[in-house]
Amino acid sequence: MTRKPRIATVSLAGCFGCHMSLLDIDERILALAELVEFDRSPINDFKEFDGRCDIGLIEGGCCNEENVHVLEDFRKHCDLIVSLGDCAINGGIPAMRNHVPLRECLEEAYLRSPGVYNPGGVIPNAPELPLLLHRVYPCHEVVKVDVVIPGCPPSADAIFTSLLALVKREPVALAYANLKYD
Amino acid sequence: MALATASGVEDICRKLGNDRTRLMDIIIGVQRRYGCVTHDSMEVIARAVGTERVEVESAVTFYSFLSVKPQGRVVIRLCNDLTDWMKGYDAVADAMAKELGVTMGETTADGAITLASTPCIGMSDQAPAALVNDVVVTHLTPERGREMIRDLRRHLDPPQLVTMVGDGNNAHPLVHAMVRNNIRRRGPVHFRDFESGKALTNALALGPEAVIKQITDARLRGRGGAGFPAGVKWASARATAAPRRWMICNADEGEPGTFKDRVLLTECPHQMIEGMTIAGYAVGCEQGIVYLRGEYRYLLAFLEHILQERRDQGLLGRDILGRKGFNFDIRIQLGAGAYICGEETALISSCEGLRGDPKNRPPFPSQSGYLGDPTVVNNVETFCATSRIMLEGAAWFAAMGSGRTTGTKVLSIAGDCRKPGVYEVPFGITPRELLEAAEADNPGAMLIGGPCRQMIGPDRFGGRICYDDLATGGSIIIFNRARNQLEIAERYLDFFIDESCGHCTPCRVGLVLLKKAVHKVVSGAGEPVDLDAMRALSHFISQTSRCGLGQAASNPVLGALENFTALYEGLVAERKPGLLSTFDLSSAVVDAELRVGRQSRYV
Repeated sequence: MTRKPRIATVSLAGCFGCHMSLLDIDERILALAELVEFDRSPINDFKEFDGRCDIGLIEGGCCNEENVHVLEDFRKHCDLIVSLGDCAINGGIPAMRNHVPLRECLEEAYLRSPGVYNPGGVIPNAPELPLLLHRVYPCHEVVKVDVVIPGCPPSADAIFTSLLALVKREPVALAYANLKYD
Repeated sequence: MALATASGVEDICRKLGNDRTRLMDIIIGVQRRYGCVTHDSMEVIARAVGTERVEVESAVTFYSFLSVKPQGRVVIRLCNDLTDWMKGYDAVADAMAKELGVTMGETTADGAITLASTPCIGMSDQAPAALVNDVVVTHLTPERGREMIRDLRRHLDPPQLVTMVGDGNNAHPLVHAMVRNNIRRRGPVHFRDFESGKALTNALALGPEAVIKQITDARLRGRGGAGFPAGVKWASARATAAPRRWMICNADEGEPGTFKDRVLLTECPHQMIEGMTIAGYAVGCEQGIVYLRGEYRYLLAFLEHILQERRDQGLLGRDILGRKGFNFDIRIQLGAGAYICGEETALISSCEGLRGDPKNRPPFPSQSGYLGDPTVVNNVETFCATSRIMLEGAAWFAAMGSGRTTGTKVLSIAGDCRKPGVYEVPFGITPRELLEAAEADNPGAMLIGGPCRQMIGPDRFGGRICYDDLATGGSIIIFNRARNQLEIAERYLDFFIDESCGHCTPCRVGLVLLKKAVHKVVSGAGEPVDLDAMRALSHFISQTSRCGLGQAASNPVLGALENFTALYEGLVAERKPGLLSTFDLSSAVVDAELRVGRQSRYV
C-alpha cells in the first residue's frame, strides 16, 4: 500500500485564525483525513516531526528566533512549503511594529502603555523566552516558499481546494470568489 | 541668492497672467530667481492663480529641477546615465564630490554649489557630461571636474566655463555651447539644404485635406518611438469638432541614449517649426507648443529667436504668407527634469501646469488633449520630415525605407564605439551596418531604442531597424563583450525606479521587488525558480501598469533573461533546504541580544 501524503502545520507569528479557518472546512476534514496523514500540527498536538512530509502549511511570519528555527525545520522536512494567509505572506498585523525600534516596542508594551501594572518596571526576560527579531519577516524572506494562499484568513474553501490540488500535485487554481475579500 | 518675498513671487505670477495653466513657468521662474520654491512661496502662488497650495506642492515636488529646500547658486547635475558610467562617471563624481567636500545631493556649507546627479541629459556621444545651471559641459574627466569646481568657486558664473564652442549653431551667440553635433552621416531628409517658406507654400497650395493625404501616402510614422501613423492622428484631430485645436512638438527626448532631437533643434529649427506650422494648417490649429526638456534650456534663447525671425518673415503669426485667416503661433514650454513627460499624455499634463502624470486613454489626445481640446503631439523629427515631404512629395519619401516603415531615421549612436554621434540612415538598415559605421570595438550587445525597448545580442545583428523588427525612437547604445549585461539591466532598473511617477502600484512597488530579485540572482544567492519568478513579475508589471513607463520598465530584465540566458543560469543553483543566504539571523537578533543581555541560542 502506498503511503498517504503527510501534512505538517504550524502557527508562527500568527493569531491561529488560519488554523481556525482550516478547521472551518467542517465535515470535509473527514475526507481530508482519508486522503492524508497529519505530522506535527496543533491539530493533533504533535510537537516534533515524525518523518518526511509532503506539505508544510505555515501560518504567520517570523517575529522571533524560534519562529526562524521552526520554519527552517519545516523547510528541511517538507517537499512543499505553503505560506498560508497574509501574515505568512506579508508579515501582516505583527509587522506593524516594523516601523518602531524594538526597544520602544517593548517599553510601550510593558512599561508605558495605559493600564500596565508593572511596579518593578521589568521587561520579561526569562531564558526560555525566544529573542525577538529586529523586525517581523514574511516567510519567503527567510526560507524558500513554494506556494502562497492569500487571505486573512484564507477561506475554508480556499484552503480545502488548495490542499486537494497540492496533495494530487496539481497546480492550485482558486476561483475568483475565493480570492475576493470585500 | 535672495530670499523669496511675497511681492517678488506675486510679480512672477502676474507676468504669466496669474494663469493656473501656466504653473510650470511660474514655479520654474520662482526656482530660478530664489533657488527654491518654499512652502510660503507655494502659498503665494496658490492664492495668485486661484488654486490650493497642495496643487502647487504636488507639481513642485514632482520635477527634479525644482526644490522646496534652497539649492546652491550653482547646481551641478552630473549625468549618471549608463553611457556616462561606461565613460568614467564614477571617477568624475568622486573627484568632484571630494573637491567640493560634499556627497552627491548636497550643497556646500556656504550655499554656493550643489552637486547632484541626473539621468540622461542627451549628451551620450560626449559623455561624461553635466549641466551646470543651464550650461552643458562635456567630456569630463576627474581632472577637468576638479578644475571646473576651482573655477566655479572663483566666479560662480557657469557661462564662463565655456572656453571653446562646438560646431554649427552651437557656436551661435545665443547658444554658445561646447556641445558638438557629431553629425556622422547626412541623409536626404534632414541634414541638408532647407529654404524656409517653400514647404509651407506648397502645403497652402494643396489645402489641409490634401496635406493630410500626402502625409498618409508617405506613410510617415511618428519618430518618437511609438511609430503611430501621423496622417491618422492628424485626420482624427481634424475630424473632432472643437473651437480650438493644438499642435504640440515633443522635444522632451529623455529616453536614455537619445540625442538626435537636440541636433535637429540645433541645426534644423526652421525645418522643424515649418513642419509644425504645416501640421497646424492641416489639422486646423491656431496655436502650437514646443515642449522643450529642461535639460535643453541652453537652446531656449536661440529657438525663441528663430520663432521671432519667422514671425518677422510672415511665416508665423497672423495671416501667414498672406493667407487671410491662416493664423498659427508657437510658444515654448520648458520642462523641469522628468523622463515621464516624454510620454504624450504626461507631457500634456505638464503643459497644463500639473504634475507630469500620464492620463487615461481613451480619450486619445487627438480627441481630447491639452485643456480638453483636440491635440496632436508629434516628435521633432516627425515635423522635420513633414517639411521635406511637402518639398519632395509622398512618393519620394515612401520609396525609401523597409516594408511598412518608410523614409529615413535619425539615430543617436553611443557607447563602445569610436564614432558616436548622429546618423541619418534609411529604415531597414541592419545593426551590423551601424556597428561598422560607428566603428564599434568588439561589440557584444546593442540596446535598440533605449532601456524601454530591447537589448540584442550578436545573433540579431543582422535584423532590421524598422517597426516590424527592431523599433527605435533613435537610441542605439553599443556594448563591448566585456560589459556585464546583468549589471546593465540592474542599472536601468534603478533608472525606472527613480522615474516612476508613483501613481500605480505595479510600477511603483513592483519595480523595487524586481530589483531585489535581480540583485539576489546577481549576488549569487538565487535559485532557478527565482528566474521564473523574475519573468512572472516582469510580465505582471508590464501588463498591469497604466502608462508606457511601467509597461516597458521591465524590458531590460526580460531582454537580458531572453538574450543572455546562460549568464543568468550560470549564477543560479539549487540550494540545500534551509535558511536563505539573504537572511541573516545574527543581525536580526542583535538588537534583542543587546537589550536582554544574553545570546541567541540558534546563532
